[in-house]
Amino acid sequence: MSRLASTFDALRRQHRTGLVTYVTAGDPSLRVSADILRTLDRAGADVLEVGVPFSDPLADGPVIQRASERALAAGTTLAGVLDLIDRTRPEIAAPIVVFSYANPILRMGLPAFIERASRAGVDGVLVLDLPIEEAGALQQQLGRADIDMIFLLSPTSTTARIRRAATLGRGFLYAISRLGVTGARDAVARDARDLVARIRAESGLPVALGFGVSRPEHVTEIGQWADAAVVGSALVDVIAQHREAADLAGRVEQYVRWMKGVVPA
Amino acid sequence: MTQQIVTTCGRRDPDERGYYGAFGGRYVPETLAAPIEELAAAYLAARDDGMFRQTLDDLLHHYAGRPTPVYEARRLSGAAGGARIFLKREDLTHTGAHKINNALGQALLARRMGKRRIVAETGAGQHGVATATACALLGLSCDVYMGAEDMERQALNVFRMELLGATVRRVDGGSRTLKDAINEAMRDWVATVRDTHYLLGSVLGPHPYPLMVREFQSIIGREARQQIIAQAGRLPDAIVACVGGGSNAIGIFDAFLEDRDVRLIGVEAGGEAIVSGRHAARFAGGSPGVLQGTRTYVLQDAAGNIEATHSISAGLDYAAVGPEHAWLRDTGRAEYTWISDRDALEAFQQLSKLEGILPALESAHAVAYATRVARELGRDKIMLVNLSGRGDKDVQSVAKVLSGGNEGPGTRE
Repeated sequence: MSRLASTFDALRRQHRTGLVTYVTAGDPSLRVSADILRTLDRAGADVLEVGVPFSDPLADGPVIQRASERALAAGTTLAGVLDLIDRTRPEIAAPIVVFSYANPILRMGLPAFIERASRAGVDGVLVLDLPIEEAGALQQQLGRADIDMIFLLSPTSTTARIRRAATLGRGFLYAISRLGVTGARDAVARDARDLVARIRAESGLPVALGFGVSRPEHVTEIGQWADAAVVGSALVDVIAQHREAADLAGRVEQYVRWMKGVVPA
Repeated sequence: MTQQIVTTCGRRDPDERGYYGAFGGRYVPETLAAPIEELAAAYLAARDDGMFRQTLDDLLHHYAGRPTPVYEARRLSGAAGGARIFLKREDLTHTGAHKINNALGQALLARRMGKRRIVAETGAGQHGVATATACALLGLSCDVYMGAEDMERQALNVFRMELLGATVRRVDGGSRTLKDAINEAMRDWVATVRDTHYLLGSVLGPHPYPLMVREFQSIIGREARQQIIAQAGRLPDAIVACVGGGSNAIGIFDAFLEDRDVRLIGVEAGGEAIVSGRHAARFAGGSPGVLQGTRTYVLQDAAGNIEATHSISAGLDYAAVGPEHAWLRDTGRAEYTWISDRDALEAFQQLSKLEGILPALESAHAVAYATRVARELGRDKIMLVNLSGRGDKDVQSVAKVLSGGNEGPGTRE
């Protein structure tokens, strides 16, 4: 069983709602990112999504756009992100998912990417602008390397698309709560619950719901119908606010514990 | 991924996944994947619907002023000292560039699909003006994204769009030019796709855009082929067009693809020099990659990030080229070259003084290369240049450069 599968299996057995965390690697630097990943794991994040910065993040809102710009300005590349995972993997219990746009991966070349990801101990790969119809080659080659390919599903996804993602995807399915780019919102969108129900009708894979998640009550609400909630922009914003501070790791830890309902804000 | 282009009923369609050879496809976020399938289905139905075609043809004729003339530029030809140069006068369309052909087509399609709102990107502002015009005509709400740098160098077009009732949205991210305007337009569309159509202005982006935009623009070549035969008695020896995304070029090339003796030449922006960040010649400095929904030649660094571009002409200042151009180039059917800022500026002035025609700086790249080829070809040859737009919008920035402003043009070395 893959690390992602056993993580979600344990969440179900324990009747817990998982917390998936996204950070942009290299913001503010790869060295600090290593601390952040270790901190997230220690604070109880169930899955770590590690974002690869890209020059043209057209599915992202302003918070992750700025994080990508800072990471690129600090010299971060896909190769550097895989090295970061390689170095930190032995100290981290949670599964690690590489979250990227297509071009950095295609530029490295699929065989080289998969070889390096495999060696680094990457558990899953999610590519924002590689929908099912373009993902065939990557999905097959990842499968041979025992790395899970994770697909996104949206309120606009048809039943036929949900079925194909359920067949090709492994680890979990990432449900997008609402139309639009990434970014924190005050409330969980109404579309979200319907989408999760439509996915459940087609697939037994775990479902993590993201986009717009920023508060512990969102996680509680999402937990009523999905396996996990994904927090991205809100966490990236915590890093942005405190990136110069000596206690950045402490702030990140505090935020994650708050999201998990362990400590008050 | 390497299937051949299908020819059905005289049409050249990409394969069903939207590939032209190894180029094209649909690299979009999941939220856009199903809506893009719907758009493709709606477009394929519309192009076979006689009523839709008739409505568009009527608008192109009575509203946009088609057919545009083909004009023999005798004084320019004389100065070039070689082949006879004919100009396809897209600059004479309503709104002053070929962009109106596509804007009217897609706006009609949006209305047919029940979309009430349009978003668009613009570089030089010509596509934004054409889109704002089509939206005014059809009563659609219109938001146009434009890079802050482009808003500055094309201030006249910003005001034109606003007069036409559009909202121009300033983009401050990235390089503040066309690429960043497309990113913002796509971010808007991802949030609003249920009631909004993205009216993409070139043969770029995910399938069906490269097909749809080419077919809306192919009227240029269909007219020009008849006109040149009527006026010169035969097909041209070479056709020259500038290539940003490549919609005016593909529009004029399309009707001549089977005429194997006609050379098809696309001219990219050479900028200041073919050095990273100082040009937009994708075939000279780029490699295959994925940008904004399509796989094509892209200016990118070793890590797959998109490089900055430069051109004196906002409409050519973009890091990727239309996927069908990538295919035409790799199959050898079309050839691609580049012209520097300085040579484009010289052609801008030359055409103005010799023919009384102010070309858009984009089109001036084609004129500049055409005069060079005309000399090489010699006197008994015929060339057809797509004069894709008029240069009124560029007068201010040209004045600034000629008076020694800071936007110093480079030279071809």
